[in-house]
Amino acid sequence: MSKRSCEVSWKAFLREENLPHQWCPGCGYGVILKSMLYAFEKGGLAPKDVVVVTGIGCWGKADDYLYANTVHVTHGRALPVATGIKVANQSMKVIALMGDGDSATIGGNHLIHSSRRNIDVVALVANNLNYGMTGGQYSCTTPLDSRTSTSWYGDPEPALDVCRLSETAGASFVARTTVYHATTIEKYIGMALSHEGFSLVEVISPCPTYFGRYNKLSKASQMLKWLKEQSIPIERVKDLSEEDLKEKFVTGVFADKKGHSFLSRYREIQSRARNELESE
Amino acid sequence: MKKKVRFMLGNEAIVEGALLAGATFFAGYPITPSSEVAERASRRLPQIGGCYLQMEDEIASIAAVIGASIGGAKAFTATSGPGFSLMQENIGLAIMAEVPCVIVNVQRSGPSTGLATRPAQADIMQARWGRHGDHSVIALSPATVQECFDLMVQAFNMAEKYRCPVLFMADETVGHLRENCVLRSRDEVEIVNRKRPPEGLEEYFPYKADDDLVPPMVTPGSDYLTRFHSSTHNEKGLPTSSPQEARKLIKRLYDKIEKNKDDIIKYREFDVTECEYLVICFGGAVRAARQAAMEAREEGLSVGVLQLQTVWPFPAEYISEISKGKRGVIVPEMNMGQIIGEVRKAIPDEVPVLGANRYDGEPLTPKEIIEVLGEVVSL
Repeated sequence: MSKRSCEVSWKAFLREENLPHQWCPGCGYGVILKSMLYAFEKGGLAPKDVVVVTGIGCWGKADDYLYANTVHVTHGRALPVATGIKVANQSMKVIALMGDGDSATIGGNHLIHSSRRNIDVVALVANNLNYGMTGGQYSCTTPLDSRTSTSWYGDPEPALDVCRLSETAGASFVARTTVYHATTIEKYIGMALSHEGFSLVEVISPCPTYFGRYNKLSKASQMLKWLKEQSIPIERVKDLSEEDLKEKFVTGVFADKKGHSFLSRYREIQSRARNELESE
Repeated sequence: MKKKVRFMLGNEAIVEGALLAGATFFAGYPITPSSEVAERASRRLPQIGGCYLQMEDEIASIAAVIGASIGGAKAFTATSGPGFSLMQENIGLAIMAEVPCVIVNVQRSGPSTGLATRPAQADIMQARWGRHGDHSVIALSPATVQECFDLMVQAFNMAEKYRCPVLFMADETVGHLRENCVLRSRDEVEIVNRKRPPEGLEEYFPYKADDDLVPPMVTPGSDYLTRFHSSTHNEKGLPTSSPQEARKLIKRLYDKIEKNKDDIIKYREFDVTECEYLVICFGGAVRAARQAAMEAREEGLSVGVLQLQTVWPFPAEYISEISKGKRGVIVPEMNMGQIIGEVRKAIPDEVPVLGANRYDGEPLTPKEIIEVLGEVVSL
């Protein structure tokens, strides 16, 4: 762990020269971004301590508004890039900012294996339930039957549960919340930042411009209210039927396990390799 | 000092060369005929405190290599045709974001899964043009196990010097060849490390190049904040759609390689200036070409061989000069004729250029080259 530069304000991370941001009115990404900066401040981090890796999409623009070490990469590949950065530079806090496309659709394979590997990076998934940047097409997290610009008659594919996937694959910290439940965003990111191993925080975010407009939720307030109505705290899940939970957003902490992270395991591998070399 | 000579596989020598150059990170996905590179890297890297990562696919492998280089390590990967195809988009990322790294392609017969265990040199145009968008690229190609070692050091040096990916275009004949290899030591070779910005700058611009067209590079955690960007960006590393900025960036990325051809282009000459007939080739084909030239000389023909160790950027000016007055040029390749097009573009019309090609998964033989030589002579 590197020395943390204490008491750096969240504002030190904000590239104000690039504001106002390009996100639409009613978009939740500004809320998520600010929550992340609050979590940085609370975690005693300074811009030089952090590497933010972004992919492609609306959320992939986030690095434009940041003072930190930033790396903007190809669609879906933020996690393996973050993996390489962390392994090579272990004193950094490495955070991959990904949308539902980056993290779970085009980049889904990397999510499975980063979770399984339990690599010490934070995945902050902003899930707006569709591809906003390209005009509102469906993604793998678009709720079944929703209308989008490529599912005009309804999305025939059921949505993927990003958190359950990551947890099943072996991630040691997994949590989900929504932009409606704004204060929990900072809390979960804070928990993820201090966690050893792979940690994933998924935030369901309103997209009134595309997803909302196509699904009778075109006002920002309507979409926020809908997020509230669709959310079910994880504690209540055991009392509910499969039917009750269909296409709902289960919120809360799915996994918070201590155990071997990739880096701690690899240090053991390095010491075995050195011992073998010395005994040769 | 006694030289450390080892009888080893080309693929193993590639790893040893990388280690000498200072590599501490490898990420890859096993694929024939490159897997011995991964295997040796997995044994050697943890011994020196480095890391071997076996990723979920080749896309993740090149992505992790780019990440590790950004993180401050010298990093490489190894693959073959199918994996090389998967890596193309992120090789473009390494070009655009200016991330030094080395990508080894131990070429096999294609297209698609092709002949997995058989040699070819049919990815050499893909090496040049596999990514979308305008760019230049550096590609080296070894013909011997010793060159697997020595040219890997060069590959890392060029990657670091020019802040770009370097493609190491081996092929199965060389990767799976066992020969003696001199394992040189640190003090015998020049090792280049990426340029750092001076201390105490008021503001650091991540993509502001020096006169050599290469911007100094910063490791996260140092005095300046780094920015790497895959989209068209300005000197601050912020995305821009300004035509002037776009033009400036694309031109600089191209020029930093093309204007340094004298430094980047390496070749070996065997009787090139005095010969009447010239054979131009690279990689595994060089072995057959040199044998063919020797046999032809015994028959009284004057044949020289030019081995391109650097294939990209292409040494067009040099080839143009050297082929003046030749009675014929032969370009043997383990493909249907790829580099021959570049040779034809480079040399005067009056010099006949013929290919000697094999694309059935078998290595070229000296006999096949001699047959083509016979055709040239009878022209």
